[in-house]
Amino acid sequence: MNETVVELSRLQFALTAYYHFLFVPLTIGLAVLLGVMESVYVMTNRQIWKDMVKFWGLLFGINFAMGVATGITMEFQFGTNWAYFSHYVGDIFGAPLAIEGLMAFFLEATFIGLFFFGWDRLSKVGHLAVTWLMALGSNFSALWILIANGWMQNPVGAEFNAETMRMELTDFYEVIFNSVAQAKFVHTVSAGYVTGAMFVLSISAFYLVRGRHVAFAKRSMTVAASFGLASALSVVVLGDESGYIATEHQKMKIAAIEAEWETHPPPAGLSLIAFPDMEAKKNNFELKIPWLLGLMATRSINTEVPGIIDLVDDAKFRIRQGIDVYNALQRLRANPKDEVARAELKSGDKLLGYALLLKRFRNDVENATPEEIDKAAWLTVPNVPVLFWSFRIMVGLGLYFIALFALAFWFASRRELEQHKWFMHVVLWSLPLPWIASELGWTVAEYGRQPWVIEGVLPTFMGVSSVSVAQVSFSLAGFVIFYTALAVVDVWLMVKYIRLGPDKYLGHDTDLRARSAAAAE
Amino acid sequence: MMELIDYEVLKVIWWLLLGILLIGFALTDGFDMGAQMLLPAVGSSDKEREQVLATIKPVWEGNQVWFIVGGATFFAAWPMVYAAAFSGFYIAMFIVLAALIFRAVAFTFRGMSEDKNWRAFWDWSLFCGGFVPALIFGVAVGNVLQGVPFHLTPANLPVYEGSFFGLLNPFGLLAGLLSVTMIVLHGASWLAVKTDGDVQKRAREYGSRAGLVAALLFAIAGIWVWVGGINGYVIESGADPAGVANPHAKTVIIDSGAWMANFANRSWMWVAPIMGIAGLVGAALLIRGKSEVICLLSSGAGVAGVIATSGLAMFPFIMPSSTDPGSSLTVWDASSSHLTLGIMLVVAVIFIPIILIYTAWVYRVLRGKVNFKELLKGSGGY
Repeated sequence: MNETVVELSRLQFALTAYYHFLFVPLTIGLAVLLGVMESVYVMTNRQIWKDMVKFWGLLFGINFAMGVATGITMEFQFGTNWAYFSHYVGDIFGAPLAIEGLMAFFLEATFIGLFFFGWDRLSKVGHLAVTWLMALGSNFSALWILIANGWMQNPVGAEFNAETMRMELTDFYEVIFNSVAQAKFVHTVSAGYVTGAMFVLSISAFYLVRGRHVAFAKRSMTVAASFGLASALSVVVLGDESGYIATEHQKMKIAAIEAEWETHPPPAGLSLIAFPDMEAKKNNFELKIPWLLGLMATRSINTEVPGIIDLVDDAKFRIRQGIDVYNALQRLRANPKDEVARAELKSGDKLLGYALLLKRFRNDVENATPEEIDKAAWLTVPNVPVLFWSFRIMVGLGLYFIALFALAFWFASRRELEQHKWFMHVVLWSLPLPWIASELGWTVAEYGRQPWVIEGVLPTFMGVSSVSVAQVSFSLAGFVIFYTALAVVDVWLMVKYIRLGPDKYLGHDTDLRARSAAAAE
Repeated sequence: MMELIDYEVLKVIWWLLLGILLIGFALTDGFDMGAQMLLPAVGSSDKEREQVLATIKPVWEGNQVWFIVGGATFFAAWPMVYAAAFSGFYIAMFIVLAALIFRAVAFTFRGMSEDKNWRAFWDWSLFCGGFVPALIFGVAVGNVLQGVPFHLTPANLPVYEGSFFGLLNPFGLLAGLLSVTMIVLHGASWLAVKTDGDVQKRAREYGSRAGLVAALLFAIAGIWVWVGGINGYVIESGADPAGVANPHAKTVIIDSGAWMANFANRSWMWVAPIMGIAGLVGAALLIRGKSEVICLLSSGAGVAGVIATSGLAMFPFIMPSSTDPGSSLTVWDASSSHLTLGIMLVVAVIFIPIILIYTAWVYRVLRGKVNFKELLKGSGGY
């Protein structure tokens, strides 16, 4: 194992995944918003709603192209850079990815062509159906990807097979209805809706500030505000559910998020502010709200939330047991008829991954020294300050979105949106926030799972391919250059068309048409 | 429930299904890529290039999913092949990815500025987005046929021992050129169906030539293999078709005539190479005539025949190893577990027909030629 290859592969995966997820939530959210707008168009037959679908659809198209382009990378990277991961868990992990393609991405990608080029070839209802099928596809897509990711957080329904040297599926139902995956799906999709709503809301606010496309912008804001409010509420409530589930399956992640070094008598307090020190294994300063963490994490007043130091002791214990299981595996590999070893492996296969943590220090893990076991156990602690702050900023943003959309909704229902210029400015400048929240969310989920690529089963460093530093440096440099160039082009095109506005893009005055249509009625 | 179908049978079904997915990719995205490669040749003005692109813009995205699903299905059904091939061909895969990334945005971005250099850049991206994947996939198959220099560690980590430039050997390049020319033919046949005027005329011209070259290259490749010019592989012992996926359990020998053995033992397999040659030659001739749809079907049959030929020749091998033949990955020992293959079969049986139905509906909606008049009218999107 080459440490540099591991670090570069992780960096490449992190960068390409963060980058890909700049486009995904907007696709998910805007697709549904387009469906809503077009439904209103088909029901009311008012041109302005079709104008909205077409103009927001144009921006959706730019974003979608980037999402597809960067999504191909994600799928192939498992094979190129994480070959051992692919072999070790492909029997389980590959299936949701393949089903995603068959069930969701085919649907989305086949109908997006008709969404753009089918206006003249389809009836109104036919085109509406196409738009909704496309939106359905993008949402299903998220479902299967999160089932795959949920399994990485909570690997249920699988067991180790000594003959094939990999994890194999035992219960697909458990993989699909994995509680972690389900909570993550709703949380992530809601976050996408928030992103889509914020995008429409902010750009419309930009028009209102300038006094352009007023009818267009007001209607867009009304849709975005109500959709955004519902989604922002859902993202916070379901995020809380996600956290609750994590306390069951990923105790270390929760302890790190809360910078909870020691186990406190229940119910534990929640640190609002803390400056965790990884070396000293304590917080240099903390501002705590009593009881809150215990109530939130365990939904009871008498269940403990275990602290990091106790969890490390637990990991030490598991590593020692894991070495025994690893020995059983070696015996079984040497003599496949050794039924004692087989039974030992079968009963302890959940601990095998803990022995693999020692591979960081030595190949013959059975000879690990107590110091190495100690070091390996401390490896199970993710980066506490990063998790602590990522989580807090994400949650803070989530609460801010609720307030912002609620206010927008209030002003929209009183039909006084454009009277509050200050609010339009706040909305406009809030545009980047959902992206920041989403990326921080993934930081908590993925960085917080370290050192595991599959929680408790496979350490990240073991998952890499047998490739050279030069190869990974080459691809990493390529991605950085290409992705930076594409980001510049993407933003330039977005700004260009937002500035151009719906009137010039569609070739008619959207407000005028809306007014004359209203007058005609 | 999943044990209803024998593991052995499931393994063969998945070999067939992966073949179908790859052929589906070559038939659908193949004409996109072919049209992209023909873009500079058949489109002499910007308007003509728009005409070419207008035929594929509404469909390429769905077509590309055949490729994405193909990759994901390799992962799900043959995780070890996915791991070994993608990490082994690392640089080649990255180049393909780069080409596909630029192609994906090019379709959308190209029309968003009138600037000449802007359009020239994205036209070039589109050309590369067709040429590079077609070439590299062909080269990859050409190399897999000869055996790939890799071995598996006892823990099943695939270790590639070759280099990127090692892929560019004579037989690999021949396969790459075959892939490029047959995809050009297929793209030209598509353009013959979907365009008119000068673009169609030029597409007929280039397509016809590309088709004849492709047929010739296919024949040369066949003779090359037949006279024993490249190594084939034979399982000597140990691979149990119904056994668990453990590639270490077998022994394999190298035999230069081995890839012809399947055709000798099962004469029905000759259908594939005959379909390949007949389809390519047929399309090359038909493309000059009036039966445009029949020509497209013929080029499709040619493409399918060529791909099927290489798959059948190697069966049960998927990715033989030239440096450690025992590490070769085969249908019998590189697949997912019985349960996973069974579940994935249920999924495929449900969704592939649904996909075919709605894809067919989309093509029906978009039927008809794209001509200048239509282009001037604009089509609502971008």
